[in-house]
Amino acid sequence: MTINMGPQHPATHGVLRVVLELDGEVIVKATPHIGHLHRGVEKLAESKTYHQVIPLTDRLDYTNAMGNNLGYVLAVEKLLGIEVPKRAQYLRVMMAELQRIAAHLIWLGTHALDIGAMTLLFYNFREREEILKIFEEVAGGRLTPTYMRIGGVSKDLPDGITEKIKEFIQAFPDHVKEYETLLTKNVIWLKRTKGVGIISKEDAINWGMTGPSLRGSGVKFDVRKAFPYSSYDEFDFEIPIGSVGDVYDRYIVRLREMEWSNAIAEQALERLPKGPILSDNPWVALPPKDNVLKDIDALIRQFKIASEGFQPPKGEVYVSVEASKGELGYYLVSDGSNHPLRMRIRPPSFLNLSALPKMIEGSLIADVISAIGSIDIVLGEIDR
Amino acid sequence: MAEINMAVKKLQEKFPASVLEVKTFRGEVNITVQKNDIVGISKFLYSDPDLQFEMLTDLCGVDYFPGQPRFEVVYLLYSMKNKERLRLKAKVGENESVLSVESIWKAANWLEREVYDLFGIHFVNHPDLRRILLWDEFKGHPLRKDYPVEGPDFDKPFVPEV
Repeated sequence: MTINMGPQHPATHGVLRVVLELDGEVIVKATPHIGHLHRGVEKLAESKTYHQVIPLTDRLDYTNAMGNNLGYVLAVEKLLGIEVPKRAQYLRVMMAELQRIAAHLIWLGTHALDIGAMTLLFYNFREREEILKIFEEVAGGRLTPTYMRIGGVSKDLPDGITEKIKEFIQAFPDHVKEYETLLTKNVIWLKRTKGVGIISKEDAINWGMTGPSLRGSGVKFDVRKAFPYSSYDEFDFEIPIGSVGDVYDRYIVRLREMEWSNAIAEQALERLPKGPILSDNPWVALPPKDNVLKDIDALIRQFKIASEGFQPPKGEVYVSVEASKGELGYYLVSDGSNHPLRMRIRPPSFLNLSALPKMIEGSLIADVISAIGSIDIVLGEIDR
Repeated sequence: MAEINMAVKKLQEKFPASVLEVKTFRGEVNITVQKNDIVGISKFLYSDPDLQFEMLTDLCGVDYFPGQPRFEVVYLLYSMKNKERLRLKAKVGENESVLSVESIWKAANWLEREVYDLFGIHFVNHPDLRRILLWDEFKGHPLRKDYPVEGPDFDKPFVPEV
């Protein structure tokens, strides 16, 4: 029997369609169909200046906007070969880690909801709201903050926000314990997740999986450690890994990751250096607004950068960051003009999802739900 | 950087005729190779005990229109053992095809489908070469430079008759 799951199915986390060929309740073959959310971001970027692409990246994985911004601006900075002030690097790390917590909270809430544990969703969105409030004050936006700029960040921290961030960071470990009391030893949860959707170490690497989905299978690969960017080598944190590679391992890995993200954000806040938040490279960074209003040179610079952008040297770079879903990479090819010749986004969810048939073929139809939930896909990023 | 040089050196020893160009930009090594040898080179890089590029991080196309040959297929490899990346490139002309590396890295399955979908480059020996992001009836390949950003039928909107 053939069953069509999606594209409007509540458990597919967006518009994913999976065609399942069944023998009784056992899956013989699974074929995911994607592309319902394709917006042509890569094509659009080719006709925009480098600054104009930043808001587009917000909308890839819309639960992880800060991380998407970060990967893109790092790629452009590498292409230009410019240095970013230390304070901006730390602010970026702090925001990216808070965003990772928020993204994992959405994952946990929806994943648990799919499997039937409804309470957790309300707990998760309570904490996520706190993070989004922080983003709103810092960047001006909640879901799509567009906080990062090429050469730094858009704004410094407003007054009184450090206390709020501190408050959140102090309270958060207890919240994780709260989630764990609901799930980690819950018999129903264990039955639905243990031994389900297993993928071995070798297969996970071969299928190009990254992020918590790969680490659940016991591979210690994290871009933050393998290729430290934005001063990640100055922070103390560990990479949690699983052993079996089932849904439960991926769950545990993400829970531990939230705690480590919290720890990194705390370190960033404590050791936040003083200084500028934007590079002083006159070709790239917009001048401070006060100067624009008083100084003709700054006004001209502002106008040139906003209208024409800048021209990086000919060449190509690949920069990746550890987004909440896995390795998010940007491959930029420049032909020396003010817009990219090619911007390729390496979407982590895309490759993680491509391994889904491998995980679920031979298992029961109910396990498809937990397997899809456990690889944490966001279709905005898969379809781009 | 010793390991990267090792990969380049080993490739040049093993496939002297296929390594066309080695370029380094911002510390990243780009190797342009003959497109017909891509499977042999990939197999070697994957299985050589000193290199072990066991992960295909990314595979994408680039359109250099109106340059000739028009396309480039870019392979980004990662070695867990050496913590090193390596970028392979193969130049592909307009109506030419490339051999699929799906038999080595399963990750190439969807990535090659995407390149086929958006650039129209055919991959020989691919088990399931269908469009992936766009629907099957779609005409054209949007990431080609001669495909308009707003679409070919921008000024002819589809209005259903009532």
